[in-house]
Amino acid sequence: MTDPILKTENLTFSYPAEGAPKVVLNGVDLEIQAGSFVAVLGHNGSGKSTLAKHMNAILLPSGGKVYVSGMDTANEELLLDIRRAVGMVFQNPDNQIVANVVEEDCAFGPENLGIPPEEIRQRVDLALKTVGMYHLRDHAPHLLSGGQKQRIAIAGVLAMMPRCVVLDEPTAMLDPIGRKEVMDTIRRLNAESGVTVVLITHHMDEAAQAGRVIVMSDGRVVADGVPREVFQQVELLRSVGLAAPETVELMYELRKEGLELPLDTLSDEECAQALYALLQKQK
Amino acid sequence: MALKDITLGQYFPGTSILHRLDPRTKILLTVFYIVALFMSKNILGYGLMFTTLVVCILISHVGFRVLIRGMKPILFIVVFTAILNLFYTPGAGEPLVAFWIFKIYWEGIRTAFFMVLRIMMLISCTFLLTYTTSPILLTDALEALLGPLKKLHLPIHELAMMMSIALRFIPTLIEETDKIMAAQKARGADFDSGNLLEKAKALIPLLVPLFISAFRRADELAVAMECRCYHGGEGRTRLRQLKYVGRDYMALILGFGLCLVVWALNLLGVF
Repeated sequence: MTDPILKTENLTFSYPAEGAPKVVLNGVDLEIQAGSFVAVLGHNGSGKSTLAKHMNAILLPSGGKVYVSGMDTANEELLLDIRRAVGMVFQNPDNQIVANVVEEDCAFGPENLGIPPEEIRQRVDLALKTVGMYHLRDHAPHLLSGGQKQRIAIAGVLAMMPRCVVLDEPTAMLDPIGRKEVMDTIRRLNAESGVTVVLITHHMDEAAQAGRVIVMSDGRVVADGVPREVFQQVELLRSVGLAAPETVELMYELRKEGLELPLDTLSDEECAQALYALLQKQK
Repeated sequence: MALKDITLGQYFPGTSILHRLDPRTKILLTVFYIVALFMSKNILGYGLMFTTLVVCILISHVGFRVLIRGMKPILFIVVFTAILNLFYTPGAGEPLVAFWIFKIYWEGIRTAFFMVLRIMMLISCTFLLTYTTSPILLTDALEALLGPLKKLHLPIHELAMMMSIALRFIPTLIEETDKIMAAQKARGADFDSGNLLEKAKALIPLLVPLFISAFRRADELAVAMECRCYHGGEGRTRLRQLKYVGRDYMALILGFGLCLVVWALNLLGVF
């Protein structure tokens, strides 16, 4: 593992405010490997969105460095290359769709990059097929559902063929169906297209689908590891205003009552199995 | 009138020949049509223009009902123009009707009639343009047609981009207005009663949140556009390439012909 697509070195960021500047990021050191699926968890105000905005130079560090494929984001000459390498999807799908027709919105990125029309066509078709919106390519985005709009926003980013996609709470404004659509798309993107995915979220169940979870609080990384390990740290999660997945919470509470149960039950199935095993034993 | 009824600037997808014409052709045709309309001086000219419009509407498959519904908001202007022309056109002979300070001459009726016809046709033809052309293509075409002005350092690309984004956000903001209206009504706001001044005042709790939200949207959109490598019109390519084909040349010749015929008809001194 020697190819970090994203790397931060002692990243700090602060807003100028009255009196002392408000520190949002306070020394973040991260390496994100190409091809991985990383979830960044955190409570409101933990700095997770600010961290995301550093990943393609929307914000520049107040201190420390951010590298995208080895490119320093502070170098303005590399700006287009950086944004081309790291695509960004935001919370509100309505506010990131530029065009009146799905496929033309999808083409917006490649058009900006000056790609020849025939290739734009291919990229747009491929991107729309990847997110499963090809059949709606002639439609007006405002008539589609939230989940569909968000998938178009993802396709718009994909058409630029980024190595990495950063999604900043992409499901926060969606209904459960829309959330599922978007999460399925994201997972497929990572598994089938090999795109590095950084998912900023506060939903535990979404983070549980990632290969690695980073928990942020007060501008620092407080936990970092595979979901199974991170979610076992129930007290830590509670102390930063998050709750472990419900299945883990249940196990945690039962363990407090003295029952012998594992803590790494991330799915309902695993949870049921563990409880079943315990009942069998007690018979 | 519900906000959703506004059809101004709306696009109805279709496959008619009017839909398939190059958008630049359609803009030029609209210009030709307007020029011809203003050149028309007699019933023959107007008759020809009217027939042309009806034929265009028929082949566009847009439907007269949609067109008439779209015209509702300008009804006031039409009526106002008609009344002004009716009363204030001086005539040569005896007034047909005269009471108090008003005198209606034969010329007044004629001018009012033609004026109304002209405004309706003017609006219908521009509606037909926006109904049959996707806004994006329309702005592309404007950008292409106004392209030469870039040499004078006019920000043509920026204007076209602004226009297309404005069009993109019309439905979004209408939806938002409906939502805010409902929310304010739930809090006891009254948008429907009172005199004009009171009604205008009642709009403040609607407009303030709408503007704030529009600014927030604009901000987010700007960031999203930057993330997608937007850096102005320089070095930009387009997915859809505009290309004139045979039917465009045909249509342009027809449009130019229309102007000539109307000019010729003016020479016949008919009513």
